[in-house]
Amino acid sequence: MFYRRAGISHTRYQDERQIWPLPLDRFLVAAVFVLLLAAPFLVDRLYLVSYLVPWVIWSTAALGLNLLMGGAGQIHLGYGAVIAIGAYGSVHLVRAGVPFEIAMIAGGLLSAGIGIVFGAAALRVKGLYLAMATLAMQYIVDFVIIQFPAISGGTQATLQVPPVTFFGIPVTGDVAPYYVALFVCVVVTLFMLNVKRTSFGRALAAVREKDYAAAIIGVSTFRFKMLAFWVSSFIGGVVGSVLAVCYYRAISPDQFHLDLSIQLVAMVIVGGLGSVLGSFFGVALILFAPIVLNQVIGFLATELGLAISMDLRSHLPLVLYGILIIGFLLWEPLGLSKIYNNARNYFLVWPFRHARH
Amino acid sequence: MDLILLLELAINGVFIGLMYALVAAGIVLIYKTSGIANLAQGALAMMGAYVTWALATLAGLPMWLSIPVALAAMFATGILTERLALRRMIGQPVIMVIMLTLGLEIMLRGLLPGIFGAAVKRLDLGIPNAPLFVGDLLINRAILIGGSISFALILASVFFFNSRLGIMMRAVSDDQGASWSVGIRVERAIAIAWGLSAMMATTAGVLWGSTQGVDWSLSLLLIKALAIAILGGLDSIVGVIIAGILVGLAESLATGILDPIIGGGTRDVVASVIILLTLLLRPHGLFGREHIERV
Repeated sequence: MFYRRAGISHTRYQDERQIWPLPLDRFLVAAVFVLLLAAPFLVDRLYLVSYLVPWVIWSTAALGLNLLMGGAGQIHLGYGAVIAIGAYGSVHLVRAGVPFEIAMIAGGLLSAGIGIVFGAAALRVKGLYLAMATLAMQYIVDFVIIQFPAISGGTQATLQVPPVTFFGIPVTGDVAPYYVALFVCVVVTLFMLNVKRTSFGRALAAVREKDYAAAIIGVSTFRFKMLAFWVSSFIGGVVGSVLAVCYYRAISPDQFHLDLSIQLVAMVIVGGLGSVLGSFFGVALILFAPIVLNQVIGFLATELGLAISMDLRSHLPLVLYGILIIGFLLWEPLGLSKIYNNARNYFLVWPFRHARH
Repeated sequence: MDLILLLELAINGVFIGLMYALVAAGIVLIYKTSGIANLAQGALAMMGAYVTWALATLAGLPMWLSIPVALAAMFATGILTERLALRRMIGQPVIMVIMLTLGLEIMLRGLLPGIFGAAVKRLDLGIPNAPLFVGDLLINRAILIGGSISFALILASVFFFNSRLGIMMRAVSDDQGASWSVGIRVERAIAIAWGLSAMMATTAGVLWGSTQGVDWSLSLLLIKALAIAILGGLDSIVGVIIAGILVGLAESLATGILDPIIGGGTRDVVASVIILLTLLLRPHGLFGREHIERV
């Protein structure tokens, strides 16, 4: 009904190869994009700053991590550290007077540079051992940032981000940072949508499925694992600088702890490994479920007089992340995007279910 | 740096390392039988300590009773975890299984402080606080006793692997398909491994809880345990003892020597550096079998 394919006949190869071959998909994407563009004029300031901006920024980060986890099949438990490197690198550059556009790219390059040093472990080991290597990266980067006052400004210090401009627009107030974050998100999303259609994306898929087989058909696993780490860390670094400038506005080491890495991994898994749409879904669920849950619990506590301790309430987000990760892995390993796809597949031929093949 | 202080750091480091090694032994036990790295081992240690504390304080049981009850409860928890979660993941990619244990660790890290309160709990085993003097050396009594108990338990697990059940589990670790075809119940062996390793984690959690108090930070034992397990080679119990001593020594000496120079915090990073160096230089560890799939 909604996703009707009847009457759509592709007569050129380009039509078949479109990202969204169905008109309704195109319409949905356009509608969501217009809504996001108009959001500052539609929603309250509070919702813009505390819901939409983090959603857009974390979605960008989840996309970057998804390239590595879903695209190349490499596990990364230290993505928070990658983001931290980008954030600190670009904030230091901005403070030194470098324009924000250049500092953002430089932060990405710095993250990519350091990220592949640790990713080099990925060339020798995989699976569990790679998880350990990246976990070690998280702790080592945390340690270096905290221990070297030249980077963090001291143990308890926060670095203020000076006012910056992005292509001539001052990134101040509530609206401008949102558009900057949205711009970066759109660029990364377009990249991720297209990467699967390039030889790079195909090579990554081959490496993910079986690296021996990939090597036999002439895909250099060394080169493409490195590239995947490089690109993913670059996106992480850029997200770090966007996060620092558009959301936190003052960075301190404790914003980039292991919890952030775990949260990002949870987002990718809940959303769906290797799915662009899923990254957005996963981020929304992981970011907003604790808020909703906390409000429900708060309602229960005040209205129904249930005695729920502060300790339990403050630890509920962790419990929820854990349950979401376990639940999705056990019951829907492909995540929310698979659930969406199931619904979409159902409606593709609705009401003629027998026509589905 | 005088010699006495160095020797003191070394001795305390060895015993602390042995206490870490008890957590690592649980990881090795599970890895040996099922090939899964259990990232929830630190959280299991935390859970064991919380359960013991709850039995001793909330339920009012004497300590000699509450520890065995906690051990039994944790054995059941381990078996249940395997039955309900891990068994359904058979055949999934290794990344998924690792993530599942990580999800378990996150959930437990939130659940137990949430239920019992986040404040640090005191777990009193009756070990006197006064340090032990050997000549001029000052040795922490709790760490000495904890390290000795850990050492004994790890040695016992070496002998366990020579028992009938242990041989069955070694067979499972060698080749699951082959042991299945000769009539060994593979699932049962893996479930027992989970139960035993949860019991080991509980012991470690109780020992650590008595020295530093019971709170969520006990789950941070995971990173040290991983360093030990990887340095020792993931499937070697002897490796766990040696690597435990090495990691404990390295950590204690680094804390004593480097901290005054760079201003604290080295304790947390030593384990990570050891993990990274091991992976780069000798991925199969000191005593592990060299079957890691290189890329």
